[in-house]
Amino acid sequence: MLGFLSELGQRMIARVWRLGAGAHLFFLTIIYSGESFRRFHLTLREIYFTGVMSLLIIIVSAFFVGMVLALQGYNTLQKYGSSEAIGVLVALALVRELGPVVTALLFAGRAGTAITAEIGLMKTTEQLSAMEMMAVNPIARVVAPRFWAGVIAMPILAALFSMVGVLGGYLVAVPLIGVDDGAFWSQMQANVDFRDDIVNGVIKSLVFGVACTMIALFEGFDAPPTAEGVSHATTRTVVISSLTVLGLDFVLTSFMLVV
Amino acid sequence: MTSNIVEIDNVSFGYKGRLLHKGINMAFPRGKVIAIMGGSGSGKTTLLRLIGGQLKPSKGEVRVDGAIVHQQNREGIYQLRRKMGLLFQHGALFTDLSVYDNVAFPMRELTDLSESMIRDLVLMKLNAVGLRGAHSLMPTELSGGMARRVALARAVALDPDIIMYDEPFAGLDPISMGVICDLIRSLNDALGATSIIVSHDVKETFLIADYVYFVANGEVAAEGTPHDLMQSTLPFVHQFVHGEKDGPVPFHYPAQNYRSELFG
Repeated sequence: MLGFLSELGQRMIARVWRLGAGAHLFFLTIIYSGESFRRFHLTLREIYFTGVMSLLIIIVSAFFVGMVLALQGYNTLQKYGSSEAIGVLVALALVRELGPVVTALLFAGRAGTAITAEIGLMKTTEQLSAMEMMAVNPIARVVAPRFWAGVIAMPILAALFSMVGVLGGYLVAVPLIGVDDGAFWSQMQANVDFRDDIVNGVIKSLVFGVACTMIALFEGFDAPPTAEGVSHATTRTVVISSLTVLGLDFVLTSFMLVV
Repeated sequence: MTSNIVEIDNVSFGYKGRLLHKGINMAFPRGKVIAIMGGSGSGKTTLLRLIGGQLKPSKGEVRVDGAIVHQQNREGIYQLRRKMGLLFQHGALFTDLSVYDNVAFPMRELTDLSESMIRDLVLMKLNAVGLRGAHSLMPTELSGGMARRVALARAVALDPDIIMYDEPFAGLDPISMGVICDLIRSLNDALGATSIIVSHDVKETFLIADYVYFVANGEVAAEGTPHDLMQSTLPFVHQFVHGEKDGPVPFHYPAQNYRSELFG
């Protein structure tokens, strides 16, 4: 029993320590962010790797998610004679929830793991130490540009996800099922609010961008410099990012519904 | 200005309760090639990290150009590091940058030189290590010896006062080893720098070093010129220099009795 409690305590201490180390890295990243904006080409390069290279998976997923939403939505709405509301259902589901959340989950799986593996390997092959020894701050040169690239890319990817999802929903609802074209778009236009729906969705994706990118960067930076260490760090990036996104989504949604 | 550019004064350092260095003293005079030798795990690379300010000693002090390294703030340490170049054991080249960009990296990051000036300097540095023709290659396209030479060109990119080499000969074929050996000596003399070599390759190190420190059991076990050490009768130095199996350095890692472990 004592051994179990001792191990539990040690694990808790390790978790709290990692949380503190993550927060420390976050503050250092903010402090040393000047370089990312002064030499914006460094950040642009990372936007290409994290954002542009994630476009394919985001667009294809969004298309299918939109189509499934339309199918499922129509199946339920037609029972109540509200099949014209299919456009609103697809749009609200995407803009408020699925756009930011699914984009963040896909981002963590695609770009987050790439960031963790890249930084972990840079640490393993002493590239970060080499930078330090050249009097170049790796947080300013490596971490901060990737952080801002993730924060900038995430809302853009989430917006694209929502747009492509709506297009997928439209293709299923209108040409395939036969819902009225005008009703689909006009209902959507009338019921999607810019402040309550779109801005809140953008806020969510910004928060998810900060969380997912920071987790990926920290896991890479904190990875033990071995093949196994980098492999575990990459797995942790996906698991922790996914759980954090889902948890944060609940918290943010609660606040947004109350305020 | 003191005659020693680096001084290690009564330095103790350890990891997780195990003391790696127990009051080590060393001096590195300007313009010389000084070697630190010793067996694997004797803390040679750790000494380089202490000089570079990547680690802090638990006791004593390391002085670089008169400044106590571990008392500097981040900016102070970076100022000191601008006087240093470090060749890592495996090169530590940036794998996403070409050979040219690797050598240009410290110039772009730490100076305001124009791209045309950087180009000329990079080509000069690469020419000095014999790899001007390989400037467009990526690190994955280089052999171990070539990667080490590119890393050397990068380490001397800003003409540092101190050049540190971490196991520069490890894993190289005899030709590459001879090339690196010549380069270390000629770059040191051409740049007027001080070179610190961490190595356990006796033949190559003795060929170019002016003075050698032997580290064992956390202390300086012996020191002197290569000639003195070749003649040394100290059991540890004799065993190390002549690569003998029997001597004070045991072949076996400490373990329980062989017979009792096999037969219970």
